[in-house]
Amino acid sequence: MAEGQIVAGLLAPHPPHLVYAENPPQNEPNSEGGWEQLRWGYERLRKSLEDVDYDCIVILSPHWQTYVGTHFLGLERFESLSVDPIFPNLFRFKYDVTVDVELSKAIHDQAKDDGLAVKMMENQDFRIDYGTITSCHMIRPEWDKPIVSISSNRGHAYYSVEVMQEMMIQLGKATRKAILESGKKCVIVASNSLSHRHFTTESEVPEDMSVEHISSHAMHLWDMRMIELMRSGKSQQIVNEMPEFVEQAIAESDGGALTWMLSALDMPDEPAILHGYGTIIGTGNAIMEWPSRNWRENS
Amino acid sequence: MTAQPVKSLVVPAHPHPLLAPEKNEGWGKIREAYDNAREIIEQTDADVLVIYSTLWPSIIGHQIQAHPNPEWVLVDADFHDLGSIPYQFRVDTELAEAWHKANQNRGLESRKVAYDGFPIDVGSVVACKLLNPDNRLPVVICSSNVYANRAETTVLAKSCLDAINQLGRKAVAVSIMSLSNRMFTAPIQPHEDRIHSAKDDEWNLKILEFLGAGRLEDVAQLSRTIHHQIRVQKVVAFKPMWWLSSMNQHRNDLTGEVLGYEPIHGAGAAVVVLDPTSSGQGDKEYDEDSVETFAGDRDVLDEGKDSNLVEIKEQPIHSQHPELWEPTDTNTSVNSQEAPKPVGAYPHARREGNVLYLSGVGPRQPGTSQIPGGAIKDENGKAVDYDIKAQTRAVVSNIEKILNEAGASLENVVDVTTFLIDMDRDFKGYNEVWAETLGAYGPTRTTIAIKALPTPIAVEMKVVARFGDDE
Ligand SMILES: [Fe+2]
Repeated sequence: MAEGQIVAGLLAPHPPHLVYAENPPQNEPNSEGGWEQLRWGYERLRKSLEDVDYDCIVILSPHWQTYVGTHFLGLERFESLSVDPIFPNLFRFKYDVTVDVELSKAIHDQAKDDGLAVKMMENQDFRIDYGTITSCHMIRPEWDKPIVSISSNRGHAYYSVEVMQEMMIQLGKATRKAILESGKKCVIVASNSLSHRHFTTESEVPEDMSVEHISSHAMHLWDMRMIELMRSGKSQQIVNEMPEFVEQAIAESDGGALTWMLSALDMPDEPAILHGYGTIIGTGNAIMEWPSRNWRENS
Repeated sequence: MTAQPVKSLVVPAHPHPLLAPEKNEGWGKIREAYDNAREIIEQTDADVLVIYSTLWPSIIGHQIQAHPNPEWVLVDADFHDLGSIPYQFRVDTELAEAWHKANQNRGLESRKVAYDGFPIDVGSVVACKLLNPDNRLPVVICSSNVYANRAETTVLAKSCLDAINQLGRKAVAVSIMSLSNRMFTAPIQPHEDRIHSAKDDEWNLKILEFLGAGRLEDVAQLSRTIHHQIRVQKVVAFKPMWWLSSMNQHRNDLTGEVLGYEPIHGAGAAVVVLDPTSSGQGDKEYDEDSVETFAGDRDVLDEGKDSNLVEIKEQPIHSQHPELWEPTDTNTSVNSQEAPKPVGAYPHARREGNVLYLSGVGPRQPGTSQIPGGAIKDENGKAVDYDIKAQTRAVVSNIEKILNEAGASLENVVDVTTFLIDMDRDFKGYNEVWAETLGAYGPTRTTIAIKALPTPIAVEMKVVARFGDDE
C-alpha cells in the first residue's frame, strides 16, 4: 500500500452566517447574501483544491465539546437537522454526512496507543455539531467526501492552554501517523475563527454589511499578527504565542483545532496561503491553506 | 405585589440519574432526590417550571424557548454511550412571550426561539424529564448569556418576575448546574466515581450548608469566588445563583433543604429545594446593588469586576449634545437654575397673564447633561437601549422644577403635547408614567411621533399651565 498523504491543511472558520449567506437548498432560512469577502475566500479555496485528489476530510471543530477525552464519530452515516443553538435564526441545515469510520478508528487507536484519553461515538441518534457542518459545507458543498470528525477536548478548560497544546500536539502526531499508514489522501481542517469577541446585538437584517466590522482595534492587530505568522510559515511561533492569543483575543483556538492541525502538518516552515479574511458579527475570520502536497516536490 | 417562586430548585445537569441510575449508588441517590423534588412540586399549586440552564449558552442576548411542543432525541456530547433521550415538552408560550417583552422593557437584548429541532440542552432535558415526566406542568427555558455579568443576570430574573406577576403564574424556579464542575478527563467505571478532589468536596459542602440554611443570597454573592475555586472555566460562569437569588428578592432567609449530594463523573451534583417561608435568620453581611434595568453593552474584558451599569448609563454624553445656551431673559420669562439649559435662544417658560407657556422639556439633567434611563444612541450614533419610563419621569420632574420657579405646580398644567421618537416602542411605558404623574391632575394631552429631537432623548413635552387668580 502506498503511503498516505496530507494534501492540505486548512484553517476554515465555521460561522453559520456563511452558509446562511450562500442559500444552499439544505438550509431553511433565506438571506440576501452578505459576508462576501469570506465567501469569495472560500471560493478561492475550493478552486485551489479543485484538481487535488483526496479521499477524506479530517476535521476538528470546537463545537463538539467533550470534557472526557477526545471523541471520534464512529458510525458510517449521519443524517439529521442541525440547528445552531446560538444563531437558530440563520442555520437550520439538513445534513447527510458519510464518515470514514476506518480512518476514524485508526486515528483513535493511534491516539490511544500514544496515551491520550479517547472514545468512539457510536450512538446513531447523535447530532453532528454545526461547526463541522459549516466548515465542511463551505469547503466541499458537494458533500461527496467522507469525513472524520474529532471532538474538541476541553483540555484548556481543565488545565491551561499550555497543557491543551501538549495534548493537541500529541493528537496531531497520532493523526499524521494514522493517515500516512492508512494510505489515504486527506485534507485536514482546523475549524476556527481568529479573534472571537462578538457583538451582543444583531441587526434587523443579519446580513446588513453596513454594521459589520471587527469588534476592536486590538482584535484586528491580533488577527493580522496571526495571519502574518501563518503566511510566513512560523508555526512554532503560533504555538508559542497561543496562550496569549487565546487570552487576549478570546480566541476559540483554545479548543485545540489550530494546534492539532499544525502538529499534523509537522509544524511546517512553509508559508500558508491566505484565501480570505473578514469579520462576522465582530469576530475575525481567515481562510488559510497549507498546500502540503506541493512541499515535498519542491524540496 | 411582587411575585416570588413557590419553590426554587438547584438540580444537576448530567444524564446519569436519568439514563443509568442503577449503575452507581450515588447516581441512584440523585435520581431519588430528583423524584423527591418532583413530589414536592406536585404538592404545591405551581402551574409552570421556569428554567435557567447553564448548559445553554447564548451570545445575542437572552434566548427563551418558545416552541409550543419541542421534540427531539437528544444524545449527550460526552456520555453518548449511556443512551439517547427522546423528549417532547409543553412550553408555556404565553409566559415565554411575556418574559421576552419584560426583558426588552428592562433594557435586555432578548429573543424567543421557536424552531423545530432546536437543540435543547442536556441539563434542561434531564430536569424536565425527571421533575415533570408527564408534562403535567408547562415549562419555560432561558439561556445563559456568555457575556452577561451579575447586573445583567439580576435584571433577567426581575423581568422574569415581571412576567410571572403580569400573568399571575405560580412558578417553580429551577437552576440547572453542577456545584464543582470538574469531571474526570478520562472515562471511568461507574464504581470509581467520586468528587474529583477533597477541595471541591469541601467547597460543595460549604455551599450546601448555606443553601440548607436558606442563605441563597450569600451563595450568590460568593459566586465569583466559587467559580474561581471549584469551577472549570467554561464559557458559562457560576451565574445561576445570581438569577435564582434575584428571583427570590435577594433573600437570605429562605427555608432550604438538601435532598441529595453525590458525584457524577467527578462533578458535584446536588438537588436542593428552597421555600419562600422565612427561616427567621440569615442576615446579609454585605450587599451588592440590585440593578433594575440594563443599559446596553459592556466591556467584557473586565471579567469578574461587574461594572456599575447605572453609572455607565448616566455618564455625561456632551459630545452628542448641541451647544447649551443661557436661558433668554425678558421681563416675562421664567428661568430655573434647577432645569437643564436650553439648546437655543429661548427661556424655560414665559408668563402671559395667568397662563404659563413652557418651552419643550426633555429628560436631560442640569449641569451634567445626563439622561436618566440612558441616551438613545451612543457617541458613534449607534442606537442603544434606553428606559422610556425613566426618561418620562425625568421630563415630568424637569417640568415641575420650572413650574415651581414660577410659583406653580403640576396641578396647574392644563394642556400637554408630547413628542415621542418611537411610538411603537415607547408609548406604553410613557403612558404608564403619565398615569402616575401628570395624568393624575387631568390636563388635556396630545401625543405625536416625530423623527428626532435635538439631543439623544426619546421624549419631550410642551406644557401650558394656568395659575393664580383670573385678572
Ligand atoms: Fe465557533
